[in-house]
Amino acid sequence: MNTPADSVSHTPAISAQAEMVTVRAGLPWWRLLARDPLALCAAVWLAFLLVCMLIAPMFLGKAANDMNLLARNLPPWSLDKGWLMILGSDSLGRSILARLLVGAQNTLSVAFAAVVLAMLIGGALGLIAGYVGRGVGNLIMRLSDVIQGFPSLLLAVIVLYMLEPRVANLIIVLAVTRIPSYLRVTRAEVLEIRSRGFVDAARAMGAGRTHILWRHIVPIVAPTLLTILTVDFAIVMLSESGLSFLGIGIQPPEITWGLMVAQGRKHLSNAWWLAFFPGLMIMITTLAANLLSNWVRLITDPVQRWRIEAPKAAATNA
Amino acid sequence: MLAYLTRRAVHSVIALTGLVIAVFFLARLTGDPTNLYLPPEASREAREEFSRKHGFDRPATEQFARFVGDVLDGNLGFSLKKQRPAVEVVLEAYPTTLKLAAVTLLIAISLAIAVGALAAYRPGRVFDRVGSTGSLIGASAPDFWVAITAILLFAESLRWLPTSGTGGFPYWVLPVTVLALRPFGLLVQVVRGAMMDALASAYVKTARAKGVAERSVIFVHALRNALLAAVTVAGDIAVGMINGAVIVETVFGWPGVGKLMIDAVEQRDFAVIQASIMITAAAIFLMNILIDLLYVALDPRIRHQ
Repeated sequence: MNTPADSVSHTPAISAQAEMVTVRAGLPWWRLLARDPLALCAAVWLAFLLVCMLIAPMFLGKAANDMNLLARNLPPWSLDKGWLMILGSDSLGRSILARLLVGAQNTLSVAFAAVVLAMLIGGALGLIAGYVGRGVGNLIMRLSDVIQGFPSLLLAVIVLYMLEPRVANLIIVLAVTRIPSYLRVTRAEVLEIRSRGFVDAARAMGAGRTHILWRHIVPIVAPTLLTILTVDFAIVMLSESGLSFLGIGIQPPEITWGLMVAQGRKHLSNAWWLAFFPGLMIMITTLAANLLSNWVRLITDPVQRWRIEAPKAAATNA
Repeated sequence: MLAYLTRRAVHSVIALTGLVIAVFFLARLTGDPTNLYLPPEASREAREEFSRKHGFDRPATEQFARFVGDVLDGNLGFSLKKQRPAVEVVLEAYPTTLKLAAVTLLIAISLAIAVGALAAYRPGRVFDRVGSTGSLIGASAPDFWVAITAILLFAESLRWLPTSGTGGFPYWVLPVTVLALRPFGLLVQVVRGAMMDALASAYVKTARAKGVAERSVIFVHALRNALLAAVTVAGDIAVGMINGAVIVETVFGWPGVGKLMIDAVEQRDFAVIQASIMITAAAIFLMNILIDLLYVALDPRIRHQ
């Protein structure tokens, strides 16, 4: 992570002060993470889910789909039927815990694929709108207005009625609804960066459009887009769950957390745990993504970074 | 300023036109309504008669041309389900949603400003930590899950509040709370960040240095400037409100426009989908222009070119 301090340290006049700053700026990201307990918890939780995503379907895939009619609607916190039933079982006797861990794969990969797709398309369109002529730029901006004037949930509902509610379609729909935010931010930054001196200098030295975009503009815009990505991940996960809840997201027998809440809703009065735990998973995971994105924004912002780096006392007295 | 407003209005009309075209064709791609509105044993003649009567037998482009002509005449079509003009159906549902949204926004905004400002005043203290974390939880909570959990707890177990439906005060508590959660969480984050920037600014130092009372430093100098940032996200919150209303109205059985839209898509009631989306989008575009104007009113430094 380069902060202004790195470039300052070459000037001998303020080297003593700069050296001290450079040492601080050199703190690796994992040590910064360790200083913020909430962000650390969030990172650990997301890492845990990532592992679940990769290995849970292999080990628990069978347990998540195996029906056991003798163990229907088993209440949670009991180990009588084995540790898999610790969070209870659903109306077909399937382990809630196994379903949660296996369902992590669908829920997270859909959200992740959607935000990455939105970032790539939105970023590319934003670069074009900001750097290439006004006509194309205006057309792109009007398209983005159309998407923004449309409640995203409705767009998704209509499109998913039209296409089959398959995973790929769901990803595309969710990505489309998130494109405008990347597009606008990229365009605004490009408009600002292209008027800076170093871009003029590059152009004066004969650099082509593609070269300037890739070597001078994209590296500056990319970190901003990555920050939006982390916030968007949380938003998209909630949207995906909402769609599943309305019954137009991924369809059974696939497992997602939103779908589990929808299925559990019917049994709410006699088996609350069917809908409660998956919803809790959605909330904790969204919260973790939000916390982590706040932390990323903090450490990538040179003005705010000291809040984490400085000793505790100084931070609370500010 | 007038030139700016004209340009914004032209942009909105272009976007609205694009939206209408998109909705028209997307809605027709969702399937043939004939099978939904006629019994399965209906004869072929009856089906053709139904299609002919509503113009579904014509090519989509011809249907679109007729639709555009009707819209220009101020006719937004006829609801298949309700057998009434679509505009009537939509305008009937709107007050419910608007009332719900207005109450929710009022509560969410005033609470968020108070919590955000207080949290920013002493960052890192207990109130800040509780407030910030609480608002993040609010912004992260899936509204549909909070809704059904709250129904289970407060309506079915404790029997304090009704499970669903519309009526007096008790009917409002759960829907408003659920719908307010996310705007509240989002706004607290924004207000807190902006307030911290404002409190660290030179003009606040100047105000303190010349002995302005702390109360007026906070409310007059800092908060007024911090509120600009809150206005920026108002548009997003309004659009998010409609998404939230779809869920909340579905779960609590409110006859608002969110539920109407979902039902209309499900029932392939094209005229109602088009009418409700056109009216909603027009309202959102109008509000975005109003927000731009509000900016100028709040901050005289901003001049739209």
